[in-house]
Amino acid sequence: MRVLVCVKRVPATGGQITLTADQRDIDVRFLGFTVSPHEECAVEEAVRIVESRGGTSAVLTLGPESAADQLRDAMAMGIDSAILLETDGSDWDPGATAGAIVDAVRDLEASDGPFDLILFGNESADSGGFQVGIRVAVALDRPCVTGAKGIALDDGSATVRRQAAGGWEEFDVGLPAVISVREGINLARYPSVPGRLRAKRKEIARITPERRPLGPELIRLTLPVERTATAEILGTGPEAAPRVVEIMREIGVL
Amino acid sequence: MSGILALVEHEAGRPDRLSLEALTIAGRLGAALGTPVHAALLGTGADVAAAGLGAFGVATAHVIAHDRLDAYAPAAWAVALGQVVDAGSFDAVIAPGGERGTEVLAHLAARAGLPMAANVVDVEPGERWKVTRHRWAGSLLEEAWLDGRPRLLTVAPHGVAALEPSSAAPPTVVPLTPVLSDADLRVRVSRNVPSATDSVSLTDAKVVVGGGRGIGSAEGFAMLEELASLLGGAVGVSRVATSLGWRPHAEQIGQTGARIAPDLYIACGISGAIQHIVGCKAAKRILVINKDADAPIFSRATYAVVGDVHAVVPAISAEIRRTRGG
Repeated sequence: MRVLVCVKRVPATGGQITLTADQRDIDVRFLGFTVSPHEECAVEEAVRIVESRGGTSAVLTLGPESAADQLRDAMAMGIDSAILLETDGSDWDPGATAGAIVDAVRDLEASDGPFDLILFGNESADSGGFQVGIRVAVALDRPCVTGAKGIALDDGSATVRRQAAGGWEEFDVGLPAVISVREGINLARYPSVPGRLRAKRKEIARITPERRPLGPELIRLTLPVERTATAEILGTGPEAAPRVVEIMREIGVL
Repeated sequence: MSGILALVEHEAGRPDRLSLEALTIAGRLGAALGTPVHAALLGTGADVAAAGLGAFGVATAHVIAHDRLDAYAPAAWAVALGQVVDAGSFDAVIAPGGERGTEVLAHLAARAGLPMAANVVDVEPGERWKVTRHRWAGSLLEEAWLDGRPRLLTVAPHGVAALEPSSAAPPTVVPLTPVLSDADLRVRVSRNVPSATDSVSLTDAKVVVGGGRGIGSAEGFAMLEELASLLGGAVGVSRVATSLGWRPHAEQIGQTGARIAPDLYIACGISGAIQHIVGCKAAKRILVINKDADAPIFSRATYAVVGDVHAVVPAISAEIRRTRGG
């Protein structure tokens, strides 16, 4: 099995988001970085597939030089190799992102052979375009299943399970295939210390991607007007319990 | 013929809620541009659902039927929808923002080489069309230019009101048998597996008792289960409780978990990261119990108790028992 997993570096936002002055980005001066939870699970799934069936795994991202951190995190979890499609860090639209990934996959497959599986997160945590995996699958003419919460592999095929009204729906697809996964498909491991040390020493292949913008074209970001509640303080500590229960009766949940 | 085309998903002969939200945006655009709203429907019962769409402002309904479309197949749906698009001259194609609507439109966009905007809440047509769409599951809004013809967009679930029915003539129904290849049908639902559980569903519960890092351990959730059971509600958790392995992912509330809308959400030991808030902000009321009075979640609270959840939650359960007994 050769498995490629695609991830995106995003800020680890906390209790609130602050924007930069030009309103084109999140102010990240005080933030760490991570990948979407869906993608963390995609990385874990790739590692598990290679652990159980043999083969090799690779992780790819499109982003600035600093996105090498997220590639090393993935390698610390057990991914074998990493490819960085290095940009200046500006916002790439989903069509341009997919185009650059398709170029890279074609190059990688020409030199090292085809990937049986290309995994994505179902949508990125930040821009949430819900389309890069599908665009890559269509360009490569491969079957694509989104929203995966279970992947069972057989020789040359996969059964992919996702949630649907009243239960699950399953898709049987031939390999090679593109699958985008949702958090909950597995519980991603924490990287081990030896894993981190190994990942630190590994080379990252760097490619300068060609940018072919498609849209949508970002104008600006705004924060939604949220109703911020002024809370009624019901008390401090367990002494608040009678007032809490009184409120529960008033609002009819008891 | 110019017009706005909406993909309408349906159940039991009625358009589903997300499709009515898509029709809200379609109707606004149709009115702004002085152009009719069309709908495209697939699947069993499409003809019945199509006949009722006049009440939702639809002038023409394209009913797509094919003997190989008995099971849902995303690429085939996109190819069929593309054949409706090619036969007309639409300004925009609008899909509901659920799993199917989104992936079908993305397949259509990829095949046509067109941009697509997902999770749109507002559209301003003009020389260039400006869309406002969700980022970070709605914690942030993006204004963007959406070009291409037709413009392709999905509507953010619950980001706009569902269209209310009015009395109107039934739409003109145009049947279509699409031309499909084997490749279009290589991904299709092979089988459906019903869910095994019958506990109170998180998304339907009237009361949800939520726990986060402040609960401290898997065992700590017993007190939340007790309170939830006294209230006939469900237990939900923040992401940290699932990533630490304390609780199953199915209980997670937030950007990558469930979106809840109970009468009362009791947030226990949860700090209130934006990813959690997007999952619970539709709750009618939020009771926050947290020992850290500066936790961001207090800004969302209807009611607040500052205190250690390990003392407060059992005290509430005991009080419910005491007042019920008395």
